[in-house]
Amino acid sequence: MSTKQFLFSGFGGQGILFAGKFLAYKGLIENKQVSWLPSYGPEMRGGTASCSVIVSDEPVGSPIVSNPDMLIAMNLPSLDRYEDAVVPGGVIFADSTLIERKVKRDDVTVYYIPATRLASENGTPTLANMIIVGKILKVLGEFSDEAVRAALGKVVSAKHADMLEVNLNAMKLGADYE
Amino acid sequence: MADKVLMKGNEAIAEAAIIAGCRHYFGYPITPQTEVAAYMAKKMPKIGGCFLQAESEIAAINMVYGVSSAGKRVMTSSSSPGISLKGEGLSYLAGSDLPALVVNVQRGGPGLGGIQPSQSDYFQATRGGGHGDYHMIVLAPASVQEMAELTVKGFDLADKYRMTSMILADGTMGQMMEPVSLDFDIKPAPEKPWATTGTKLEREHNIVNSLSLVPEELEMLNIKRYERYKIVEESETMYEEYMVDDADIVIAAFGIAARVSKNAVNEARKQGIKAGLIRPITLWPFPKAPFEKAVEHANAFISVELSMGQMIEDVKLATSCKVPVTLCNRVGGMIPSPEQVLKSIIEVNNGGVK
Repeated sequence: MSTKQFLFSGFGGQGILFAGKFLAYKGLIENKQVSWLPSYGPEMRGGTASCSVIVSDEPVGSPIVSNPDMLIAMNLPSLDRYEDAVVPGGVIFADSTLIERKVKRDDVTVYYIPATRLASENGTPTLANMIIVGKILKVLGEFSDEAVRAALGKVVSAKHADMLEVNLNAMKLGADYE
Repeated sequence: MADKVLMKGNEAIAEAAIIAGCRHYFGYPITPQTEVAAYMAKKMPKIGGCFLQAESEIAAINMVYGVSSAGKRVMTSSSSPGISLKGEGLSYLAGSDLPALVVNVQRGGPGLGGIQPSQSDYFQATRGGGHGDYHMIVLAPASVQEMAELTVKGFDLADKYRMTSMILADGTMGQMMEPVSLDFDIKPAPEKPWATTGTKLEREHNIVNSLSLVPEELEMLNIKRYERYKIVEESETMYEEYMVDDADIVIAAFGIAARVSKNAVNEARKQGIKAGLIRPITLWPFPKAPFEKAVEHANAFISVELSMGQMIEDVKLATSCKVPVTLCNRVGGMIPSPEQVLKSIIEVNNGGVK
């Protein structure tokens, strides 16, 4: 049995909820039990946003992730707030363009990805979120064009079908970043 | 089986209502249930239905009264402060024996309160909500799938008993996404010979009204209504039991609190504590039977709630106060953690709580 608890956190407008939704759909396609719970405070672009995603082989109990296996911190306030909550042995993905400090803990694995810079250099400044998701899948050993396309097909609306390849390319950037 | 899709709880309610044949929705926006209205605004015009954003919650519930009088499936949705505004209309619906579906995606109160999840409208929902002697059928979903299923069920029960069904959810249930299958076996709505559909000069006028100035008649109406409620109590309770059979400590929790409690029960079992969970799905009628059975072997009950302790009164009644019932709670938009519930279980197991 395996259960993975993800916590995505960053500024509103960074695509925090979208990134979480992508992972939830990927789980659903692979016949996992999933839940996705956004923060829904009075926040908007520039405020804080977070979302809890659980992907499991068993029915999901509480959908609230307070101690994530994987924390995705897209800005400094998110890392400050949730660093200590990560389970020992867990993983932290940090957008090192926006987070200048290092993670203090030594009992977690940390991946520093300059996602905002990579996204901007790639000409897709809004896709820092998917660059990090690419890295997550790589770390989990779950990155394949096929699986990613299938899940993207669920979250990218038909109107913007051209965005599917653009998202896939951004995720490849993250997956290949060392 | 049809494909599962990821939906927000609020959207699942709206889609399930449409599948159940509801073509009239009246509402007024309020967090955290606005997605119900947004979904209806998008969908209803495309299927020949009516979406109307009323000028207030009070107007919306009275529009519900009107459509229900004409015999059609109809609903409204709101969140706690908005439901208080609808209180008068809820009482009038009951007084006129009209079926309707009302959704309350609760937020912290009292007053304008906050916008985060809460279960503190339990008393209001299970005791009727407005003035006078009456009940609503109160359904408490604990997953997005149940948000959809109980919506369909709510319409069926409302029509069957000529009552209001209320979906009592909370902000978490409304906002979270989970896979949901919308493959329902839809029964057609029953005939409504009482509806005001026009006489065509072939029958007497139907009158839908809650005014009754002759006390003997009004008394009789109340008594008859409660005979109907008795049938509902006898035949429509729903609940889920989880590891209750051999449990020493039994948690009572509904909605999001039940989800959190299940984690805690699993953890307690790992530690060798025989914990179990009774999850009422109908809050009215309250499922007394599983509690009457569990109190024969349990040493204690814990009511886990997002309120200052409301359902705990029904748990005490259902267990006839034979063993201690304690409260484990958070309020104001906060949610108890599995760790907090586990701590309660351990304390009660050690006999540390009177």
